[in-house]
Amino acid sequence: MRRCDVVSRGGVVRRVLAFAYPLRWRFVGAGLLAAGTEAAGLGLMAAATWLLATAAGQPPLIALSIAIVLVRALAIGRGVLRYVERLASHDAVLRMVTEVRARIFATLVDRPPARRADALSRMVSDVDAVQDLVIRVLLPMAAAGLVADAAVGTALLADPAVALVLLAGLLVTGVALPLLAARLARHGAARLAPLRAAYAADTVDLVHGAADLAAFGARPGYEARGAAHAEELARVERALARRSFAVDAAATALGGVTAMAVLVTALSRGLPGVWIAVLAVATLAAGELALSLLAAARKGAEIQGSLHRVAELLDEPGDPAAGLPIPDGSVHLRLRGAGVRYRHDAAPALHDIDLDLPPGHRVAIVGPSGAGKSTLLALLTGAIPPDTGTATAEPPGPAGGGGTPITAYDRERWPVAVTGLLADAHLFHASVRDNLLLARPGATDEELLAACRTAGLADWVAEHGLDVRVGEDGAELSGGQRQRLALARAVLADPHVLLLDEPTEGLDPAQADAVLAAVLADRGGRSVVLVTHRLTGLDAFDEVVVLDGGRVKERGTQGWVRAHGG
Amino acid sequence: MDSVARPFDPRLLRQVPSTRRDVVLLAVLGAAVAVAVVTAAAALARALAAAVDLRLDPGAITVFLLALTARAALTSGLGVVAARMAATAKATLRADLLSAVGRRGPGWLAGQRAGELATLTGRGLDALDGYFTGYLPQLVLGVTVPIGVLATLAFTDLASAVIVLVTLPLIPIFGILVGWQTRNATERQWRRLRMLGGHFLDMLSGLPTLKAFGRARAQVAAVREMADRHRVATMRTLRIAFLSALVLELVGTISVALVAVPVGLRLLGGGMTLAAAFTVLLLTPEAYAPLRAAGTRFHASMEGLTALDQAFTLLAAADGGAAGGTRTAPRPGVIELQKVTVAYERTTALRDVDLTIRPGERIALVGPSGGGKSTLLNLLLGFTVPTSGRVLVDGADLAELDLDGWRRQLGWVPQRAHLFADTLAANIALGAPDAPRERIAGAARAAALGPVVDALPQGLDTVLGERGHGLSSGERQRLALARAFLRDAPLLLLDEPTARLDAASEQAVVESTLSLVEGRTALLVAHRPALLAAATRVIRIDQGTLHELVTA
Repeated sequence: MRRCDVVSRGGVVRRVLAFAYPLRWRFVGAGLLAAGTEAAGLGLMAAATWLLATAAGQPPLIALSIAIVLVRALAIGRGVLRYVERLASHDAVLRMVTEVRARIFATLVDRPPARRADALSRMVSDVDAVQDLVIRVLLPMAAAGLVADAAVGTALLADPAVALVLLAGLLVTGVALPLLAARLARHGAARLAPLRAAYAADTVDLVHGAADLAAFGARPGYEARGAAHAEELARVERALARRSFAVDAAATALGGVTAMAVLVTALSRGLPGVWIAVLAVATLAAGELALSLLAAARKGAEIQGSLHRVAELLDEPGDPAAGLPIPDGSVHLRLRGAGVRYRHDAAPALHDIDLDLPPGHRVAIVGPSGAGKSTLLALLTGAIPPDTGTATAEPPGPAGGGGTPITAYDRERWPVAVTGLLADAHLFHASVRDNLLLARPGATDEELLAACRTAGLADWVAEHGLDVRVGEDGAELSGGQRQRLALARAVLADPHVLLLDEPTEGLDPAQADAVLAAVLADRGGRSVVLVTHRLTGLDAFDEVVVLDGGRVKERGTQGWVRAHGG
Repeated sequence: MDSVARPFDPRLLRQVPSTRRDVVLLAVLGAAVAVAVVTAAAALARALAAAVDLRLDPGAITVFLLALTARAALTSGLGVVAARMAATAKATLRADLLSAVGRRGPGWLAGQRAGELATLTGRGLDALDGYFTGYLPQLVLGVTVPIGVLATLAFTDLASAVIVLVTLPLIPIFGILVGWQTRNATERQWRRLRMLGGHFLDMLSGLPTLKAFGRARAQVAAVREMADRHRVATMRTLRIAFLSALVLELVGTISVALVAVPVGLRLLGGGMTLAAAFTVLLLTPEAYAPLRAAGTRFHASMEGLTALDQAFTLLAAADGGAAGGTRTAPRPGVIELQKVTVAYERTTALRDVDLTIRPGERIALVGPSGGGKSTLLNLLLGFTVPTSGRVLVDGADLAELDLDGWRRQLGWVPQRAHLFADTLAANIALGAPDAPRERIAGAARAAALGPVVDALPQGLDTVLGERGHGLSSGERQRLALARAFLRDAPLLLLDEPTARLDAASEQAVVESTLSLVEGRTALLVAHRPALLAAATRVIRIDQGTLHELVTA
C-alpha cells in the first residue's frame, strides 16, 4: 500500500514494540522479576557451594547461619519470583495484544476487503507471535543479559582476570551460539517452506483429486510423487535437527570449559579456595542460562514471518475524514464509463460500464460467475473507486456538472443511501437479534419481525425467538435460514438503494421467487439492484443488464427476459 | 481428550514399526546420559574440593570435561534420534493416510473427511515435532537420570538419597493433582476464553458486512473491549495454571536446600568429605531437571499427541477391504443394474433400480438435483457400492472385477474436474502420462480447449492447481472433456458437462461433447436440450427411482 513495503527485521520489532511503550513500566517490572528469578537460581547454587566449602573448614556454626538462611530463602524465592514474573509478564503482554488487535482491526476497516478465510485465521495466529516475541524472546534475553552482567560484575570484584574469562565464555555461549542458532533456524525454515508447500499441494491433489485419480488409474504416479516429497522433507528435517542439536551440545560443553577456565584462572590468581568453588559453580549455572537463550533465538527466528505480517497491518490511525453528508430521502446513482482493474497484469474486472439509477429504478444484473457483477455492486457501495470513468451520486434531479463521486460521501453513513445483501455477508456469532440490529441499531422488535416476515423467516423466528444464537458464521442454521436471515438484515437496513447479490441462493426455485417478490413488494417504489444468475422473476425490473467478462453484453428493458426465452 | 492425555501412544509402535528400534535407542542413550551426568558431577566435585584446598586436580578437570562433553553429545544424540522418529513417523503416517484414501476410494472421502485429511496430512502432523524432540527425550531422561542419581547418592550419602527419593515423586503427583484442580476450576473459563478468543476472528471475517452497514468504526471499541475481557479471563485462568509450574519449581529448588543444609552441617561435624558433599549438591538438581522439563513441555506437546490420535483414528476408520475384486474386467458389453439400492446414512439415493445399457446406447439422465443421477454414475465407476442388488458387466458382477482394469475402459467427465498441481498437458494426460504430445494437443483441440491453451502463458506447459494457474468453470469442463478424448474409452460417463457455464462456453462444450459421444456407449447427466438431442434414450431419475421418458 502507500507505506514502504520493505520493513527491516529491526524495524518490524520496533514497530510492534511501539505498542509496549505505554506499558513500559509493567515490562520493566516483568524484566526485573525475570532477572530476579534467574539470579535466585544462580545464587542458590552459589550460596549452597559457599555453605559446603565453608563448612568443610569446620568453622563455628554461627558462621554458616546466614548462608543457611540464604539457601532456604533463595530456594523458595526462585519459585515465587517465577510465578509472580509469569503473571506480570502475561498481563502486560496481553494488554499490549489488546491494543495490537484493536489497531489491526482499525487498519483493516480502512483497507479494501477481499481476504480469504485462511488468511484471516492466519492473521489471528500471527497476533500470537507478538505474545511470543515478548514472553519467549525478549524477556528471557533481558533476564539473561542482566544476570550475566551481574555475574561478570561480581567476578570483577573478585578478580579482573577471572571476570574476563567469564565474560569471554558467556559471549561465546550467550551471544555467538544463539546468533548461530537463529541463523540455522532461519535457514532451515527457508529450506523447509518450499518442500512443505510442495507436499501440501501433493496432499490436496491426492485427497481432493481422489475421484479423478481413481477414474483415470493415475493414483500410483501421484502417490509416488507425494511419497518422494515426504521422504525429501523427512531427510531435510533430520539434517536440520542434527545441526541444531550440535549447537546445543556445543553450548553445554563450552559452559563446562568456561567453568574450568574460571577455576584454573582463579587458582593461578591466588583467590581464596571457597570463592574459587563458588565462582566455578556460578559460571556453570550462568552457562545453563545461556542455553535458554538458544531457545529464545530460535523462537525469534520462527516468528519473523508472523511479526512481519502483523507489522504490515499496524497503520497509524488515519483521521476519519468526514465526507459529504448523505442526501435525504433518495439518491440518484450514475456509472459513466466505469472500469475496475484489480491487477494491472490481468484483464479488467469491469470495463466501460454505464448505468443510470434514478430513484425508484429497479435493475437486474445478470451474467455468469466472474462476469463482474459483484464488482459493479462494490462501485455502488463505494468499497472501491472506479479506475476509469466515474461512479457518482446526487440528490434527485438533472445531472449537474461532473457529479459527486460516491467515495466523497461520509463513508460510515453511506450505507444509509446504498447497502444490502452483499456477496460476503457474514453472520456473527451472536443472537439473531444482534445480527439484525447491525443493520439498524435501535430498531424495535416489531420492525425486526417485519423484516423476518419479508425474508420468509417468520415461522422460524416464531419457533426459536430472536435471542437464539446463530453459531460461527451462522453454523447453527441451515443454508436457507442463513440466507434468509442475511436477507432480513438487508431489508431492515432500508437504504435508498437496496443491493441484493444472489439473495435467494440456496433456496429452491419456488421459494426463491416468493421471497424475491416479497422483498420487492416491501420496497414499494424504491430502488433495487439485483444481481442474479437466474432469469426468472425479472419482469418486475425496469432494466436488465447482461454482463460477461466485465463488459455489458446486452441490456434491455422490461420484457427482455421474455424475448430471450428465460 | 482422555485418550490423548497419555504421555506415549503405544499405537505408534504398531503403525510405524521403525520407531521400535528408535525407542530402544532412546532408552540406551538415556542410560548413557545418566552415567555421564553422574561421572561429570563426581569429577567436578573432586575438582572443586581440590580447588577449595587451593590444589589443581588436572585429572578431575579432564574427566569432568570429557564426561560433560559426552553428556552434551549423548543428549544431542537423544534429540537427533527423537527428530528422526518424528520425521519417520510423519512420513509413514502421511503415506499410510494417503494410501488409505487410495484403498478406500473416493466414496470414503465424502464430506468433511476430505478437508480434515488434507489438513492433517499436510500441516497437522508437523505438530509431532514438538512432541518428539521437546517432550519425549525429557521423558526418557526423567526415568534414567533420577535412577542414576539415586544409585550414586545411595553410595555417597544415604540421607540425601532418601530426601531425593521421597521428594522426586512429588513432581508427577503434584503435576497431576494441580492439573486436575486446574481442569476442574477452569473448564468453564476455557469455554469462555475460546469464545472471547474467537471474537476477533468473527469480527475480521465479518468486516465487509460491518462496513456494508456502516458499523465498522464503531466496532473498533468493541474489539478492544472484547480483547481486554479476554485478557482478564485469561489472567484468571493463568493464575491457577501457573501454580503447577510453581509447585514443580519449588519441589526442585527446595530439595536443593533440603539436601545442602544437612550436608553442610554434617561437613561441620566432620562426618563427610567435601568431595562427597559437592557430589550430592551437584547431583540433586539433576534428578529433578528432566521431569520438570517434561512437565513444562507437556502442554506444548499435546497438539502433537492430538494430531497423532487423529491420524490413528482416521487410519482405524479406513480399515477394511479395498473396493473391487480381482477378476479381469471384460470389455463393457451389456451393463445391467439389478434391483440396485444405494442408501447413505440419512438418505436413499437409489431404490430398487433396474436398468440395462446396451452397447452404443446414449442415455441422457435428467431429473432434479439430489435425485440420484450422480450416484448412478458413481456406481458404474465403482466409487459407490450397491447397498443391495448387483451391477453386472456382461454377466460378471462389478464387485468382483479388478476396478483399475474396469475403469481403464471408462471415460469420465465430472462436474468439477480437479486441477492437479502439474502442467496442463499432464492434467489432460492424467492416467496416460506417456501419451505423445500431438495426441494431447489433439485432445485439447477436440475439447475446444485450443483457444484456452493459446491464451495461457506457457501453453500446454502452464502449471495449474494449488499454486499455479486457475481455470474458469468452463475451461475446467473442457479440460475434463479433453481427458475423456485422450482416454478414447468405449463407455463414457458425463456428469452435467454444461452445468454452470456461460452461453459461449456452453456452446463450445456441447459441440465437443457431441463429437465425443459419437459412436460410443454413454451415460450423460444433462439438462440442456442440445445435449438431449444426442441421446438415444432419456431417463428421468427422481427420488431414487427411474422413469423412461423417450425411446428413440
